[in-house]
Amino acid sequence: MTDSTSFTNQKFKVIGQRVRRQDGMDKVTGRAKYGADAVAPGQLVGVILRSPHAHAKIKKIDTSRAEKLKGVKAVITSKDLPDYTNGNRDLLSMLENCMARGRALYDGHAVAAIAAVDASTARKALKLIKVDYKILPHVTDVDAAMQEDAPVIHDWVRTIGVEPAPSKASNVSMRSEFGHGDVDAGFAKADVIIEKSYKTEQTHQGYIEPHACLASMSPDGSGELWVTTQGHFAYRNWCAQLLGLDMSKLKVTSSEIGGGFGGKTHIWMEPIALALSRKANRPVKLVMSREEVFRASGPTSSTSIDVKIGATKDGRIVAATSECRYQGGAFPGAWAVIGAMTSFACYDLENVKTVGYEVVCNRPKVAAYRAPSAPMASFATESTVDLVAEALGMDPVDFRILNAAKEGTRASYGPTYGPIGIGPTLEAVKKHPHMRAKLKKNQGRGMACGFWFNFGGQTSCTINVAADGTVNLSVGTIDVGGSRSSLSMICAEELGISYEQVRTHIGDTAALAHNDMTDGSRGTFASGMAAIIAARRTKEVLKLRAATAWEIPVEDVDWQAGYAVALGDKHSNLEPLSLADIAANTENTGGPVAGHNEFVADGAGVSFASHICDVEVDPETGSTRVIRYTVIQDAGKAIHPDYVEGQFQGGAAQGIGWALNEEYIYGEDGRLQNPGFLDYRIPVCSDLPFIDTQILEIPNPNHPYGVRGVGETSIVPPLAAVGNAVSNAVGVRMTHVPMSPPRILAALEAEA
Amino acid sequence: MSGAHVSTTINGDAVQFACPNDESLLDALRNRVGLTGVKEGCGTGDCGACSITLDGRLVCSCLVLGVEADGKEIGTVEGLADGDKLHPLQENFIKHAALQCGICTPGFLVAAKVLLERNPDPTEQEIRYALAGNLCRCTGYDKIVRAVQATAKDLRKKSKKKSR
Amino acid sequence: MRYEAPNTTKAAATLLAAEKGKAFVLAGGTDLLVRMKAGMLEPDLLVDIKQIDKMRTIAGNSTGFTIGAAVPGVEIGEHKTLGKLWPGVVEAAQLIGSDQVQGRCTIVGNLCNASPAADTVPALIAAGAKAVVVGKDKRRTMAVEKIVTGPGSTSLTKSEIIESIKLPKRDRNSGDAYLRFIPRTEMDIAVVGAAVNLTVSRGVIKSARVALGAVAPTALLVKEAADAIIGSKLDDASLERLAAACSAACNPIDDKRGTIHYRTKVAGVLGRRAATIAYERAGGKR
Repeated sequence: MTDSTSFTNQKFKVIGQRVRRQDGMDKVTGRAKYGADAVAPGQLVGVILRSPHAHAKIKKIDTSRAEKLKGVKAVITSKDLPDYTNGNRDLLSMLENCMARGRALYDGHAVAAIAAVDASTARKALKLIKVDYKILPHVTDVDAAMQEDAPVIHDWVRTIGVEPAPSKASNVSMRSEFGHGDVDAGFAKADVIIEKSYKTEQTHQGYIEPHACLASMSPDGSGELWVTTQGHFAYRNWCAQLLGLDMSKLKVTSSEIGGGFGGKTHIWMEPIALALSRKANRPVKLVMSREEVFRASGPTSSTSIDVKIGATKDGRIVAATSECRYQGGAFPGAWAVIGAMTSFACYDLENVKTVGYEVVCNRPKVAAYRAPSAPMASFATESTVDLVAEALGMDPVDFRILNAAKEGTRASYGPTYGPIGIGPTLEAVKKHPHMRAKLKKNQGRGMACGFWFNFGGQTSCTINVAADGTVNLSVGTIDVGGSRSSLSMICAEELGISYEQVRTHIGDTAALAHNDMTDGSRGTFASGMAAIIAARRTKEVLKLRAATAWEIPVEDVDWQAGYAVALGDKHSNLEPLSLADIAANTENTGGPVAGHNEFVADGAGVSFASHICDVEVDPETGSTRVIRYTVIQDAGKAIHPDYVEGQFQGGAAQGIGWALNEEYIYGEDGRLQNPGFLDYRIPVCSDLPFIDTQILEIPNPNHPYGVRGVGETSIVPPLAAVGNAVSNAVGVRMTHVPMSPPRILAALEAEA
Repeated sequence: MSGAHVSTTINGDAVQFACPNDESLLDALRNRVGLTGVKEGCGTGDCGACSITLDGRLVCSCLVLGVEADGKEIGTVEGLADGDKLHPLQENFIKHAALQCGICTPGFLVAAKVLLERNPDPTEQEIRYALAGNLCRCTGYDKIVRAVQATAKDLRKKSKKKSR
Repeated sequence: MRYEAPNTTKAAATLLAAEKGKAFVLAGGTDLLVRMKAGMLEPDLLVDIKQIDKMRTIAGNSTGFTIGAAVPGVEIGEHKTLGKLWPGVVEAAQLIGSDQVQGRCTIVGNLCNASPAADTVPALIAAGAKAVVVGKDKRRTMAVEKIVTGPGSTSLTKSEIIESIKLPKRDRNSGDAYLRFIPRTEMDIAVVGAAVNLTVSRGVIKSARVALGAVAPTALLVKEAADAIIGSKLDDASLERLAAACSAACNPIDDKRGTIHYRTKVAGVLGRRAATIAYERAGGKR
């Protein structure tokens, strides 16, 4: 029972309440310490020299003048980062992404770095480094990179997943395929077939806190790293591997994280900071500028996707295919594969086939961005679904309900679904007053569905009971959205104590066993499940301590509402012992009280959402405003409803930005034209309406409380929801995201 | 780089610091005065995370030179609370879950305070436009706007009580 | 880099004239500091003009206004009569950046930054505004449209500073308006800007000036667009002629903010809309 993770329909006291968040006070007073807020005695300032070219051979780097400048303490190039990767190509690519090795592969690729006594000295020294480049042909567009005549970026890339294996290098690093049934037979039965091609431009997670760290390395191979990250254990492991260190000798402490959304799941410059520190033998603080964040961290893929859906007159989809071509940046990645897996995950299909192509381009290496790869695939699918419904003369919601996946459906990517929420979210859409609200001229309404897998993964945590009976929970999953409070709630629930008695902290890499990163919406799911088990084990220890104190068998002790209770009439003289009573007496009853759990958190329940969007389009300028928005999503069980709503709203806002205005714009020269918040246009406060939310709770059978991850799904539907609304408002079908004013105006003119 | 000696008042306290002439007030506040509640999100005036008041006016401290602060009064997030008593905005940001990662929160609080001092009863649209210079990537602004609305209401109630 | 904050315009001009290296005037700094941060500029001298009293004030009435070069946008917005007589100029000034930027930015800075997309420049040109230019030895007054000569360049000499902007006498039954197109609702640089200033008599437009921004290397004064509505009651046909004249005057570029085609089309749309607002502000009824 202690370690069971099966759902039990228990009654809650703390779970579901809207308690005050534990990190709130520090965050409203300015006291919270983020990546750039740490200081070490004698620290140096690190800066990075970056390639201005999209693709260039580095013929020579002359650092001699920079090294001679007074105040410069270390200058490094790839020479200072020897290859410890032992033939592991992925690790070597990671190292090469942190610092170019002979070739600059994108505008912004690091080529050298400096540590100096202050920022102005460091900047001055940067200008003294001479790099002799030979410019090579480049390619930044995904479709162009797949052409026969495209410049091949890596001579070692062969397309995986095709038979026979190609002998020639290309920019396509992998082909993947999913599906079942016979799509040709399916299309043959169709009364209506819609086939359409879509493009989505590259977007960035846009976290407000730039990458930042404070590295301190000693000549003896030990070190510490303070860093803003979604996964300090992963950062520790990678940095140690790339620098040839013992993992255990590098202690990584995660700062407060100023947003990540997937972008802080990869190392970008942390090994550089450590290498600078090692060479200078002093702490080095390295903080990216906003421009560096855009040019040299990990935005999401730009894509080109074809979708074909066939349906019969009665509204059943009989066949569906998609081909997802995803630009992954300068090194091979696995992004199209997720696009291909998620393309039709919302639907119950007899015949389905999806194909993904990973494409290398001269752009920064792509990283995860909230439900990575799913929004683009969903945009293509959900836009086409609307077109099919229209062609059939069916209501788009009814059409989706008729074809929605349900418990027992074989998902297009393989597994068979347990209880899922797509049907219920669609039914909720139908009932929602938003669907009946009146629209004015040039206004339109659209809706779309979205899916995300969610993830569990390796997790460890520790509960320590303090001498006064208050409790610390240490977890190794970074808190990106309030999980410390949610986990304290879980701990309090299990121990039968109040939320205020529990304080959750993020342990450093030396304090806990490995934890996977906070990705895949796993923070509250996985650490929560771990905390439940750890709390139940803590209760066992508490019972043991009480039994010792009472000198009775532990079998006679139960834990009830925060108290050890002696069971049975023979112990009726024993007053229940509180957590504080037991904690005060551990010296005499067997020692301090703690509970641990280390496991793989299996059984993350998949998540579905349906969004409703109203827009108003100015037909003379193509300007589009979202005027009403509703998110309906299955949370499994909302631990803290405020934070669940916050995830719904935040993801929707990011999706709306992506749909309307956000995009990486590259010039002919392969340089990024808009590496700043002025021209990379994330939504501002006045761009958005209130975002209504409706939380559905369809329990995940594999979590004791029924919890599903909630963080990511909300970014999946908005692209198509906005596109479908634009179509409804002014009658043009947008196939290119973002649907910026020039693109909408051009579409309107083409229509007219 | 020649430098300057700057005498200023920060959150009511006299503060002196020395900085190079080309150093931003943001860098001076963070690295010389130690007020790291002022955040750098962009350094170009586009995100508002470094918002402060300068002689009562809302500005981005990344777009002010440290030397310009000589003789001026500066207000930062660190000066919002009155001792152990939070400003109603701080209280409402916690209560309404108007923050997630929190990196933008100091800037929003300072900007919202200036707004409510100028306009005690702002409409939703007025709030949204007044806060358009502060980027938040976590919340979709929903709960932030609600927290500001709630604070405006609280403060109006308070001032009504006072005037009675 | 030296930093100086003189008390008089003359002293500022003298400092600029004496500097052998690169000297820049610091008013709000909302463009200058961004460019310094990006490493695009490395000044040897900054002359901060905010200690010059004359440059810190707005003076005047319907016989004419003088707006000091160091007056921030927020103070222009707060001025009691300026906004009543010149709503278009004021709304253009208020559109520069966020509330944070408004606390610092100035209309003269907006002008001297010499961006084709500056919001206040079309509004000032439409208003018939003049710039008071002070040099080391002499003063001169120039029409605003003569200041900017191309992207990033002005007709000012090294020692010259604009001390103030003068708005002309305001006739009764006059109105002005400025509209810009941006992809978001705030925080963007204009993709297209259009300003219209006009005076009516018994519903008939007696005089008009139309100016466009972000559609050519400098802001444009479009006489053909004004001619299209002078003498009219701003009927649909004259509005369409104005829109066509605005579009015809455009000589834009394709860039990250917009396309040639888009800017050309939207210039006409905004010109038409701004004219309608200006006409109503002047008391005209369509």
